[in-house]
Amino acid sequence: MTTLSHWLTDDSPASRLQARLGRWYRMGLALWRNRLAMLGVAIVLALVILAVAAPYIASHDPLVQDLTRRLLPPSGDNWMGTDELGRDIWSRVVFGARITLVIVAMVAVLTAPIGLLLGAISGYLGGWIDRLIMGVTDIFLSMPKLILALALVAALGPGIENAGIAIAITSWPAYTRIARAETLTFKNAEFIAAMRLQGASTARIIFAHVLPLCLSSMIVRVTLDMAGIILTAAGLGFIGLGAQPPLPEWGAMIARGRSFILDQWWVATMPGFAIVIVSLGFCLLGDGLRDVLDPKSGDRH
Amino acid sequence: MNALLLQDLDVFYGPTQITRAVTLSVAAGESFALVGESGSGKSTVLKAIAGLAPKWNGAISVFGTPQPHGISRALSRHCQMVFQDPYGSLHPRKTVDATLAEPLAIHGLNDHNRRIEAVLADVGLDPRFRFRYPHQLSGGQRQRVSIARALILEPKLLLLDEPTSALDVSVQADVLNLLKRLRQEHGLTYLLVTHNLSIVSFLCDRLAVMRVGQIVETADVAALKAGRLRHPYSQELVDLSQRTIV
Repeated sequence: MTTLSHWLTDDSPASRLQARLGRWYRMGLALWRNRLAMLGVAIVLALVILAVAAPYIASHDPLVQDLTRRLLPPSGDNWMGTDELGRDIWSRVVFGARITLVIVAMVAVLTAPIGLLLGAISGYLGGWIDRLIMGVTDIFLSMPKLILALALVAALGPGIENAGIAIAITSWPAYTRIARAETLTFKNAEFIAAMRLQGASTARIIFAHVLPLCLSSMIVRVTLDMAGIILTAAGLGFIGLGAQPPLPEWGAMIARGRSFILDQWWVATMPGFAIVIVSLGFCLLGDGLRDVLDPKSGDRH
Repeated sequence: MNALLLQDLDVFYGPTQITRAVTLSVAAGESFALVGESGSGKSTVLKAIAGLAPKWNGAISVFGTPQPHGISRALSRHCQMVFQDPYGSLHPRKTVDATLAEPLAIHGLNDHNRRIEAVLADVGLDPRFRFRYPHQLSGGQRQRVSIARALILEPKLLLLDEPTSALDVSVQADVLNLLKRLRQEHGLTYLLVTHNLSIVSFLCDRLAVMRVGQIVETADVAALKAGRLRHPYSQELVDLSQRTIV
């Protein structure tokens, strides 16, 4: 174990792989020392485990109704109680993790790379391309996120995929802006000029030299935004435009429980807790990642 | 043959004219210095040759080939530049190895391993620095990496933009000795920009004194050493530099 950590922290790595692993190891170590960030990691990890192993973790079928057992309070049999159709809330929350994770993954996969690439191109090339891309992002940024998502879902039809697409379409401009701002800070740096002098093509400079430098702030930003994305998805579910019944989406579950909130508080509260905890987890993880990945603090580690 | 020939070079940044009718020739194997105070346009001349300042009138030719405005891929095999700031000229997320492998990949050269090892040995960097990141290197080591990066394509002309002014005095001496040795071993031609006249007498054969974008005098280094520069501004520079050394 000590030989491995010596190998990883070696000042004079003997190969490209060792240098890269050593850098990751140092970042991991810094993250490990940050208690709150580790709490965030634990929560996100728990979300992933819940989603992957949902059938084994859930105690009941999340869709099976049993009207003789409706609105039961939390007990040994139904850990979080049952809802108005007699479905087990714990099982629904567990399966709801899948939906949440799908939306999060969809948005991260769809928007972050597109935003990153457009921003780097816009910032590096400048000129009319920059003005065009920035004009489009301005138009998108000038509209409130949830309202635009609402309009899109209303046009595309309610449903979880459309909710994901709507959230993706409303969130890429922010990433484009960040990547562009980041690119502008080192566009005229000498290491870029040196690569140009060596005959590197524009595409090579953008992909091999500009993008890696934008990547860390992008990862931080996407992680921090996850909380907002989960809330938007839950908001769409709440007003009935997200996941459709009987899918166990957390926002929709809260909406159903609203009618019983005074007498049967657990119906709305349990999925509410889930949303709060998962959002908090992503926020803590994002904060921790920012401390680790921030290039300005990079030399300390 | 001339390694470098500039004729009536006027360089512009936007509407502002930086240099006026700069004419000079550097023979192959020669080490030529451009001196002058800051703002005299000496670095701008280097940038125009390299292609980083694309707006100019006049003529630039390198080893007899007229140069286009802007960066030319063909030029990169013959002419490379070493920048002033060793902290800003290396990509912060790339190891020394990746920095040196990049030009080889761009030009489709093979034998990366051997070439990188050879150039590291050439600039006096221990092989154990090969997989370090720039932030794990000192200023002098970084400047050696920059020089290695400039040399790895085996150019014959090096443009040196104040290569030691950002370094400690003791490290400056090391890097200057390195540049002197490399020039002898590889038969390189240098065009060096500096405001330090002692570097000129150490490293160069001839010099041109620039003032507000114009060359006021071209002389042999022997004339500088003997204090026989003719133009009053050149003498002023010599006086100034002697005063700062003391």
